[in-house]
Amino acid sequence: MKTTFLKAMAVSAMVLLSGGAGADSIKIGEMSSYSSSPQSTEAYRKGWQLAVEHINADGGVLGKTLEVVSRDDTGKPDAALRAAQELVTNENVVLLTGTYLSNVAVAVADFANTNKVFFLVGQPQSDTLIWEKGNRYTFRLFNSMHSQVTAMAQMAAKLPAKRWATIAPNYEYGQSAVKGFQEELKRLRPDVEFVNEQWPTLGKLEAGSTVQAMIAAEPDAVFNATFGADLAKFVREGNTRGLFEGREVYSILTGLPEYLEPLGDEAPEGWTVTGYPVEQIETPEHAAFRTAYEEAYGELPKVGSLIGYTEMLAIRAILEKAGSTETEALIAAARGVTFDTPIGPMAFRAQDHQSTFGFYIGKLAVVDGMGRMVDWQFYDGADFQPPDDLVKSLRPEEATK
Amino acid sequence: MYDASTLFAQLLNGLSYSSTLFLVASGLALIFGVTKIVNFAHGSFYMLGAYIALTVTNALPTTGFGFWGGVVIAALVVGAIGCLIEVTILRRIYQAPEVFQILVTFGLVLVFQNLIYEFWGPDEVLAPRVPGLKGAVTIFGERIPQYNIALIFVGPVFLGLLWWLTHRTRWGRLIRAATQDREMVASLGVNQKTLFTAVFFIGTFLAGLAGALQIPKESANLQMDINIVVEAFVIVVIGGMGSIMGAFLAAVLVGVINAFGVLFFPQAVSVLIFLVMVLVLVFRPNGLLGGRMVAQRPGDLSIDQPFRLPTRAMKQAMLAAVLALALLPLVLPLYFEVIMTEVFILAIFAGSLHFLLSVGGIVSFGHAAYFGLGSYAAALVATRLGLPMAAGVLAAMVAGAGGGLLFGWFCTRLKGVYLAMLTLAFAQILFTLSIQMVSVTGGDNGIVGLTRPSWLNSHMAYYYLALAAAVLATRLMRRALYAPFGFAFRAGRDSLARSAAIGIDTARIQWGAFVLSGAFAGLAGALMAYHRGSVFPTDFSVSTTVDALVMVLVGGVQSVSGPLIGALSYHFVSVELIRNLADYWRLILGLFIIVFVLGVPQGIVGAFMNRFGKGER
Amino acid sequence: MSTLTVDDISKSFAGVKAVQGVSFEVGAGQILALIGPNGAGKSTCFNMLNGQLRADTGSVHFDGHDITRETPSQIWRRGVGRTFQIAQTFGSMTVRENVQMVLHSVHRRLAALWRPLSHNYCEEADTLLEAVGMHTQADRACCVLAYGDVKRLELAMALANRPKLLLMDEPTAGMAPKERNELMSLTARLVKERGLSVLFTEHSVDVVFEHADQVVVMSRGKLIAKGVPAEIREDPLVQEVYLGSGAFLETSEIGQ
Repeated sequence: MKTTFLKAMAVSAMVLLSGGAGADSIKIGEMSSYSSSPQSTEAYRKGWQLAVEHINADGGVLGKTLEVVSRDDTGKPDAALRAAQELVTNENVVLLTGTYLSNVAVAVADFANTNKVFFLVGQPQSDTLIWEKGNRYTFRLFNSMHSQVTAMAQMAAKLPAKRWATIAPNYEYGQSAVKGFQEELKRLRPDVEFVNEQWPTLGKLEAGSTVQAMIAAEPDAVFNATFGADLAKFVREGNTRGLFEGREVYSILTGLPEYLEPLGDEAPEGWTVTGYPVEQIETPEHAAFRTAYEEAYGELPKVGSLIGYTEMLAIRAILEKAGSTETEALIAAARGVTFDTPIGPMAFRAQDHQSTFGFYIGKLAVVDGMGRMVDWQFYDGADFQPPDDLVKSLRPEEATK
Repeated sequence: MYDASTLFAQLLNGLSYSSTLFLVASGLALIFGVTKIVNFAHGSFYMLGAYIALTVTNALPTTGFGFWGGVVIAALVVGAIGCLIEVTILRRIYQAPEVFQILVTFGLVLVFQNLIYEFWGPDEVLAPRVPGLKGAVTIFGERIPQYNIALIFVGPVFLGLLWWLTHRTRWGRLIRAATQDREMVASLGVNQKTLFTAVFFIGTFLAGLAGALQIPKESANLQMDINIVVEAFVIVVIGGMGSIMGAFLAAVLVGVINAFGVLFFPQAVSVLIFLVMVLVLVFRPNGLLGGRMVAQRPGDLSIDQPFRLPTRAMKQAMLAAVLALALLPLVLPLYFEVIMTEVFILAIFAGSLHFLLSVGGIVSFGHAAYFGLGSYAAALVATRLGLPMAAGVLAAMVAGAGGGLLFGWFCTRLKGVYLAMLTLAFAQILFTLSIQMVSVTGGDNGIVGLTRPSWLNSHMAYYYLALAAAVLATRLMRRALYAPFGFAFRAGRDSLARSAAIGIDTARIQWGAFVLSGAFAGLAGALMAYHRGSVFPTDFSVSTTVDALVMVLVGGVQSVSGPLIGALSYHFVSVELIRNLADYWRLILGLFIIVFVLGVPQGIVGAFMNRFGKGER
Repeated sequence: MSTLTVDDISKSFAGVKAVQGVSFEVGAGQILALIGPNGAGKSTCFNMLNGQLRADTGSVHFDGHDITRETPSQIWRRGVGRTFQIAQTFGSMTVRENVQMVLHSVHRRLAALWRPLSHNYCEEADTLLEAVGMHTQADRACCVLAYGDVKRLELAMALANRPKLLLMDEPTAGMAPKERNELMSLTARLVKERGLSVLFTEHSVDVVFEHADQVVVMSRGKLIAKGVPAEIREDPLVQEVYLGSGAFLETSEIGQ
């Protein structure tokens, strides 16, 4: 009895010190790699902050204001686990969300599973989150790697190209991208062969020799999954050395504003890319989002902004549907919930907890000295999900209960 | 296979890359040669060079003159900043042991990262192509960018300039003399301070220049510093610490091997460079062209105080402390219980490092290797073999000890910085393998889902387990420290000559210490794995090692109870900083480390004992 | 029978002949000084006796055993103790622990992991410290001792395995004249008490002529004279060598 009392004392002291939690707010625990990957997470933070403002201006959720407690996961799983623990036990958040790197998300998902906490993954794209390492507490918002590379492979299968070279950073993201693309393409086109695979360490691409090695293999087409600083090096060396001349290039993520911007007028024209043609999407919902974002921050949204914004909309929808903040109610509500976003309606699939977040595929062109996506098309995520029996075989039994 | 033209083009690519590596590494080698500073912040000057060059070339007209002028201006600015750092901070640690220098410069890395982010923001920026060198030249049918060809010549040009400087000017001869014998130059009546500052200027100028020259190839980004610095160190070590010609040879070797590695073993490129380093050091323990290292006695850091056996009062105090820790969960909120559990586990890890560092004077700069071996062994035993936790912990200790056995065999042949860098190389190899061998290690997603036995499921139960393990491990390591083995290990640190003269096989004793230390680090890894329920490649990372080093330092290198106190203070400080000051924690943590090393080099326990203890000075 | 027999040893480094065909003997209970100007090959010669260098040709016998190819620690175990030009002790241990460290090696108990070192061989260590007059400072840290005391401690450490022969490399380097004589008198006393033989190299001529029984003089890698001090003092060749280098008149050394 005494110990409980002492504990209560200590806890109330902590609460007093930390300013106390308002009784009429719902606390969300959020984390991302703010210090280690600011390139992508800063826009994300602006996105969710804008959404929280909008939601609270609209009257909040379940009659309460939405309050987000944000932490830096420093890009390391162990720091993320500590942050998760602290958010849950110290801040008493009702659910966890966010993360940027897939491995951090995997760790937090495991935490959510053991501690029975609802966790909505934000930006990470690794499919292991919803498949092998999926669990019943974890949902994933952004589109799956599988959906993007499947769609791309289906387009690539229509090309005459038979000899393909690939380049991807040597970690799970790059490996699963190449594997997914290869499998789908091989399925559709058994005559295709992969003549060269490059696996630079993330951030350490030695572009000159790598491009040379790819040229030496004489491929008909190239599949690329590098991004960020590596992508810039790859594009510049590839352009100068003529790797891309007369070759189709299929590339994921390259059309995202955060990666197109640094390339400027050197954006590789003619590449087929996935991306986010933010300045060209003119649906009323998206235009409203873009205007509000520009007014708030004086710049165009990036894909991180869209994810951050959508993340809070999804959380509102789940909370509203659940009518409570209990974890079990949240899981039940999240399965199959539908909600509106700047890029159209979305849902969480019950069978694998994956959202139907769509993606854009188009060609790159340089317009007014800037890389732009042209001839792009929106692909609804719902149409590119793996078949249910496959999902069932991939996901642990526990995760489906 | 490949035709000759491809191979030749690849050679040119390798040489072009070598130039960048050489510029960075030669500055590092020069600084090390003269000042003996192990400058971990060298990569930060490289990154700074890239960012400043972007700003400057943007302001200047986009002509060839504008670009090259901007590059030189940027390098000069970086050199000036280097001088400023030397005068304000590094000058104070020339006499300090290597590990202190590594930590201070690592603190600088954190500060620079944060400041550059504040100044230039998060976006990656690619400079425009260099006017006049936009295109490619065709050599035997292969197109090579003109800029890369130009870069090939930069390396040899600067090698020539440095040679001229060090052989044909009075001032340069002083630099060379100082490389061989610092004290002698001081006795010649040369103003040593000015000489060192000037050397630091040249060294950081070269780093800044390399960074600035990189911007037409690579967008300036906030990961540049870490990406280059380990490689630069590897090159300096391969070439021989302090040797500029050696750095050049090593840069060419690494650049070319890298280029052909991309052609023939694209999957293995990232470990190739470390394998080259291990091979070179096995056959040439002082690098390709390095002279014999004169061991330096550390200065006034009270490093020579004997370890005194605890008095009765101290034993009682320790018992009281353990009892207090045992009662703590009754009052602590859950979150702090979790943090304290981590403190205990980290204390074991820091203790194992302390054993090598403080007792034997061995800077294990890749200590995370044993921690990671332990955590992965535990995770693999649990998930692959389905064995219970006890088996996992045992396997972890065996794996850690095995790592110590293997790496110790190589490392005990070397001394000082070479040894430190070789331990780092092993840790980096494991780090890379853990990311790439997805089928075994789960890649960067690691292995999750370790479950503890049900009686250990509550946080409180695990708190007690960690506390018990920390007490037990600390006690065992202390026994070893006070036992003849620990003294024989220390004897090798104090005087190799005397040890050899009285029949102590120092290399063998050190080897044993690697095994012992590895086993305890492995234990810490396993406990952390079960604490988190998961393991990740970051267990092998440099930052894991640095954290442990800082803990040992904060506690006090020469204090037997240092690791625990250090783990407690450092872990709390860093966790709270990250939690509350998301945007500035690196800046503050970096400053904290720097100020701590400069202000309280003897650590918390040491400072306390100086003030209140009765120890003889 | 002589304790140490050096027979025609030579050593060259990269073609430079550092020592050429040097032979001499150290008799039981004898104190022999090995002298010569800088660069005469004393140190090289000395290091071949204790196993740090291996002779190219020739042989070294100790106590009837061929030790030419043995390591320093093997030679030490046969009963050859040594001191260094700059005293080599363990700075981060107490005075007593320094001696205990040696005793543990003598008794081959270095790998022990449990019982504290300071609990073993206390009396033995104190006896040795008493022999050199360091017992009153037994609990002090070695790094705070005066240099003369460090030298005496080193002597105690060198005596710990009851050697028959003591090799001393410039034992009085870096010491004041008064300290020198104290140290050498102490050595002479120990030689008598313990039946030791001593071979030492030395710069200071005073020390040599006062304390040595026999003197061996080297110059440019060769042995040029040997005999009792009185003979050596009068030897014209020795005088020439020393006067040529100017070192003969030098009576004090700049220490470390």
